[in-house]
Amino acid sequence: MPEEIKEDLELIEIELLLSAITRRYGYDFRNYAPASLRRRIRRILAREGVGTISELQSRILRDPYCMQRFVTNLAVSVTSMFRDPVFYLAFRQQVVPLLRTYPFIRLWHAGCSTGEEVYSIAIVLHEAGLYDRCRIYATDLSDELLDRARSGIYSLSHMREFTHNYLRAGGENDFSSYYTADHKNAILRADLRRHIVFSQHNLVSDGSFNEFHVILCRNVMIYFDMVLRDRVHRLLYESLGMFGILGLGLKESLRYTPHETCYEALEPAVHLYRRLR
Amino acid sequence: MMSSVEMVVIGASLGGLDALEELLSGLPADFPPPTAIAQHRRPDDSSRLVQLLASHCALPVLEPEDKDPIEPGHVYLAPPDYHLLIDGGRWSLSTEGRVSYARPSIDVLFESAADAFGARMIAVVLTGSNADGALGIQAIKQRGGIAIVQDPRTALSPVAPQAVLDSSTADYILPLGEISALLVKLCRKRVPAPVRNRLS
Repeated sequence: MPEEIKEDLELIEIELLLSAITRRYGYDFRNYAPASLRRRIRRILAREGVGTISELQSRILRDPYCMQRFVTNLAVSVTSMFRDPVFYLAFRQQVVPLLRTYPFIRLWHAGCSTGEEVYSIAIVLHEAGLYDRCRIYATDLSDELLDRARSGIYSLSHMREFTHNYLRAGGENDFSSYYTADHKNAILRADLRRHIVFSQHNLVSDGSFNEFHVILCRNVMIYFDMVLRDRVHRLLYESLGMFGILGLGLKESLRYTPHETCYEALEPAVHLYRRLR
Repeated sequence: MMSSVEMVVIGASLGGLDALEELLSGLPADFPPPTAIAQHRRPDDSSRLVQLLASHCALPVLEPEDKDPIEPGHVYLAPPDYHLLIDGGRWSLSTEGRVSYARPSIDVLFESAADAFGARMIAVVLTGSNADGALGIQAIKQRGGIAIVQDPRTALSPVAPQAVLDSSTADYILPLGEISALLVKLCRKRVPAPVRNRLS
């Protein structure tokens, strides 16, 4: 069969798969960015040991555990603690002084995946002496990823990279003081988790659930198409108090989004913004 | 007659900086297609690579942000700690796990380009220290695109070009100094169509 026809077939099957999932489970992935979605679906085929997307669809429709795995595989993002140290450095230098003026600080980490970046902010807040005033809401689509995030357990093999990032993000303590380790894993200190609530939230379909002083949504909307991205930006905007802080990924921009003019860039190089209107 | 080339993708790792500088310096200011480069980079790589390459190139060189439009006659460098993909005429970034220990990975860019442009593209593999790029070339060849490989005997690190040659049939195997002239020749034939692909 000609290569071109096979390619169209894959697109047809993806469209049918997403439609089936929406109808069966109510999860709507139809506005996810097509290229990265396609890539992930191919990998899921290999993991599930099926040869075609139609087979995957059949399995997903009939097996809720297969569906759960699918959701997790779409939601997972491989990140590290203090990913983009310059971002956390800017957060320390620009955002922390602003937060000091509030008696009570609510933060939302939207799309927290396995939690590394949530704990990174927790450490920054702790080192600034602000943690006790904070409540961090960390949400994600996947219950499995949330369970992992909640546990605060990470592979010990990653700690060297995390330590390196932490230091470059302006950390001055001994990073190993933040976790205990066995031969395989590092377990983050319980007191870092005390004010974090991990819960399920679907950025596609769920609405605003509170008003926040800080919202971090970093490298999440890269997986959404422009229509969904703009819709999520509205949700984030509506969930952010006046003068609230929005943090995006290093290569994500507010440019050409509908709410662009509602923010000023606090630190443009790292995409930290403050809501002005 | 050969179809219009709508995208040129280039992959490099070890030795890539010098190789890319030489290649880019051979591209004229009216080089029609967009060019995308996946060069292995550390996550905390500073932005100086863009400046270094830009200083050797008549075309604008930049690191795209997510969803930036793909423009003809521009050179795009995959940013550190992201994979670069193509989505309906725009750049798309991903933070999936490293592929061949790399993020940005050459295979990820090449495979996405193959999906988007089919036969209407050229891929170039330069010096590099692992096989990242070999699978991407396979995907491109499967869809009828053109594969150019730097002659391993002239590469600082022959591993990457050799890995491609071990698993695919390249259309051209050339010393570095001849690659940009070939690109100019292959891309010159027609007025380029606007960037389009099956995902739009």
